[in-house]
Amino acid sequence: MSQIWLIPAFPLLGFLLNGFLGKIFGTRFVSFVGPMSVGLAFLQSLVLFFEMLRTEGHRIIENLYTWMAAGSFQVNISFQVDELSGLYLLIITGVGFLIHVYSIGYMNGEKGYYRYFAYLNLFVFFMLLLVLGDSFLLMFVGWEGVGLCSYLLIGYYFEKHSAAEACKKAFLFNRVGDFGVLSAVLLIFLSIGSLEFNTVNAEAASRLEYGGTLVTVITLLLFLGATGKSAQIPLYVWLPDAMEGPTPVSALIHAATMVTAGLYMVARLSHLFILAPLTMNVIAVIGTVTALLAATIALTQTDIKRVLAYSTVSQLGYMFLAMGVGAFTAGIFHVMTHAFFKALLFLGSGSVIYAMHHEQDMMKMGALRKKLPVTYLTMMAGTLAITGIPLFSGFFSKDEILWKAFSSPLGSGLFWTLGFLTAGMTSFYMFRMMFLTFHGNSRVDSHLQSHLHESPLSMTGPLVILAVLSIFGGFFGVPHVLHFLPNGMELYFHDFFAKAPGDAHGSMNTEILLMVLSVMLALFGWFWARKMYSGSLDAARRMSRSWSTLYDLSLNKWYVDEIYQALIIAPGRLLSTHLLWQAFDKNVIDRSVNGSGVLARGAGGLIRGLQDGVMQTYALIFAIGTLTVIWYIF
Amino acid sequence: MIPLTHILILSALLFSIGVLGVMLRRNVIVIFMSIELMLNAVNLSFIGFARSLDSMTGVVFIFFIIVVAAAEAVVGLSIILAIYRTRKSLNIDDFNLLRW
Amino acid sequence: MLILFYLFATISVICALGVLFMKNPFHCALMLVGTFFCLGGIYVMLNAEFVAVIQVLVYAGAIMVLFLFVLMLLSTNEPSQVAVKWDVGKMLAVVVTLGIFTQVASVFSDGSMMLGEKGAYPLEKIEEIGSITLIGQLLFTEYVLPFEIISILLLVAVIGAVVIAKRRFN
Repeated sequence: MSQIWLIPAFPLLGFLLNGFLGKIFGTRFVSFVGPMSVGLAFLQSLVLFFEMLRTEGHRIIENLYTWMAAGSFQVNISFQVDELSGLYLLIITGVGFLIHVYSIGYMNGEKGYYRYFAYLNLFVFFMLLLVLGDSFLLMFVGWEGVGLCSYLLIGYYFEKHSAAEACKKAFLFNRVGDFGVLSAVLLIFLSIGSLEFNTVNAEAASRLEYGGTLVTVITLLLFLGATGKSAQIPLYVWLPDAMEGPTPVSALIHAATMVTAGLYMVARLSHLFILAPLTMNVIAVIGTVTALLAATIALTQTDIKRVLAYSTVSQLGYMFLAMGVGAFTAGIFHVMTHAFFKALLFLGSGSVIYAMHHEQDMMKMGALRKKLPVTYLTMMAGTLAITGIPLFSGFFSKDEILWKAFSSPLGSGLFWTLGFLTAGMTSFYMFRMMFLTFHGNSRVDSHLQSHLHESPLSMTGPLVILAVLSIFGGFFGVPHVLHFLPNGMELYFHDFFAKAPGDAHGSMNTEILLMVLSVMLALFGWFWARKMYSGSLDAARRMSRSWSTLYDLSLNKWYVDEIYQALIIAPGRLLSTHLLWQAFDKNVIDRSVNGSGVLARGAGGLIRGLQDGVMQTYALIFAIGTLTVIWYIF
Repeated sequence: MIPLTHILILSALLFSIGVLGVMLRRNVIVIFMSIELMLNAVNLSFIGFARSLDSMTGVVFIFFIIVVAAAEAVVGLSIILAIYRTRKSLNIDDFNLLRW
Repeated sequence: MLILFYLFATISVICALGVLFMKNPFHCALMLVGTFFCLGGIYVMLNAEFVAVIQVLVYAGAIMVLFLFVLMLLSTNEPSQVAVKWDVGKMLAVVVTLGIFTQVASVFSDGSMMLGEKGAYPLEKIEEIGSITLIGQLLFTEYVLPFEIISILLLVAVIGAVVIAKRRFN
């Protein structure tokens, strides 16, 4: 049997080599070791993927050693490859490998090159640990680790103040989520008695009552952790700021892998979540609202990476909507396709930024498609995928989600409607982005004009590969209504996830109708974006003035950051300064510490007085002693 | 015949007066004298017991006590002489170098 | 007989109190001599003549003379203002001493005090042998070891006194 542990071992080795020897051996060494370690991990993942498919029960577990054993509680370090983690392995190592190769070109000449690759390898290691762990504790190690690497990589340009702020923000919001996960782990251990996923899934139905308070609390806490990691309301605000990091980092961490960790956890514990219908509802609602909110913000952003960041938050909202209505397979399918096209879009935008010498404002771009043809074509493929144009990958996965949102026993028409509107907005802002960047009149600064050229092969190569995946990757999950291919995803994941109780509603005809409606809306979005943004921008400017309130709200992200600052952060700071520091720390703790010193000194001083050197005091003490002795004896 | 209890009470009285002298007086030599008084009180109780128990042990013991008291007085007074040379005072409150 | 005892006892107590309360240390020394004489008288009444003589000879004669010599050597110019400087500690001392006295006195006046077994020398035997002879005999037979030791002790004391009190000529 093949070794699972090799998969995370390769990136870990890469981290160690790059981190310690990278500075000594130089750029070429790092450029080789970094991508190669992830490439080797990808090959090993392939081997284990196919082995898993051949294994009875589709699950391989490899126990490395006992981490802790105390009484009846035992936790092992053991890795598990099953359908869910196998798919994630391929996504992480595959897309990760492409991004590493891309980074060779993008980060060329940056200082701290070896540090970048070291952190990136470390990130891959932790992410692999997250998906390979067969218990909560090992997953949590990976969970925290990816948070750490996200912090390190967002703050890569740490000398820039905004980057330092952003990485701190990311870490702190993640931390709030981690509190949720830890509390939930504690409760799970108390109620089920084990922290291994397979045991928890199997025993959940028997140990926890359906719809009861305990299981609802547990799942809500877990979901809180997921909102932190996967950028949902209320903890999503770190993701747009995380764009301060280098673009390949945004592609890997904040599009394809780390943000999907929350989804992984929910999917992994589907049997637990299905027992709490209230939580499922909450998840679906929050997913939908987040998707809608983020899409409204993306409509007006001018920084190309911000558009993609809010787009990510919105798409993650879709995935949580899927989870919330019990369509776990559809959600994971969208994870996969989203990894392809979002990574592609980010890398493409990175290519544009690279050509524009790190200019990110779309208002200073325009008519780039002649200068950057490969970038343009691949990004167009990604855009077509995300907007759900038929036969591209995003169409199949997003449509599946929208259908399940409508038809699942836990879904409703309202979910579908809001998702439908969001899809329309997605189409509009994505095509807006494309038109602003690549079409229309060139608004590029004159001194950059002559320098515009296509990116090197190390960057365009991965773009092409990802474009191919974005175009054809959807054929894994063709829905039944469209008869021309079996639904690979359903076959792959059969019986892995729990089923939502109740009956599905809606017929095949409804499904086709809804599909047609969403395609039409997507096309309408393209049409309208083209009208507004492919020529002069006067129409767009007029519209922003006439809808100025909404425009302002959208441009300023609905002032959510400011609201958080005023409601939570500022009071918190006030509380800690005045109450905890001045009142408590200074007065109580410092005083008691000093006081114990004063007490000791005082007591010592008192007792010291006995030794005054005058003999008569000593004689007195003798006499007192004698009196005591005589008294006792007689 | 003198009853034993009288002798013992006298001895206790003299002993207490000696203790008071040690603790109250300021002149070092007077303190020494009070110590001698205490020793004498003890001598008295020894004799009292020796008489009532028809034993000579008490008498012989007194002999030794007197000798020891003499030796102790000699050495003590020479020490006081030596201290007086530096301290120039016989007040016991001035002999306080061994304090904290 | 008893009256005589009470007389001597009273005088000795008065002299002891004089030691305690006299301002001039010379007066205290003389009071102490008075106490020794009275005690000597009491010893005689208890048929311990030899001890009485030794007491007067050695104690009153030698030791107190020594005290007086030293007093005269070291007499300070300032007359001691007060005999006792009263403060909290000294009050406590009085209380404690009173306590000691009452405890011991109560034990001694108990009456039901258990005495050990009688020794071998009742009054008749002492008068028969002679008290000095008897003491001599005991000193050189039964108590010879302590006797030798205290002689060495005396030697050591003499040498020690000379060494300590010697004037150093650096």
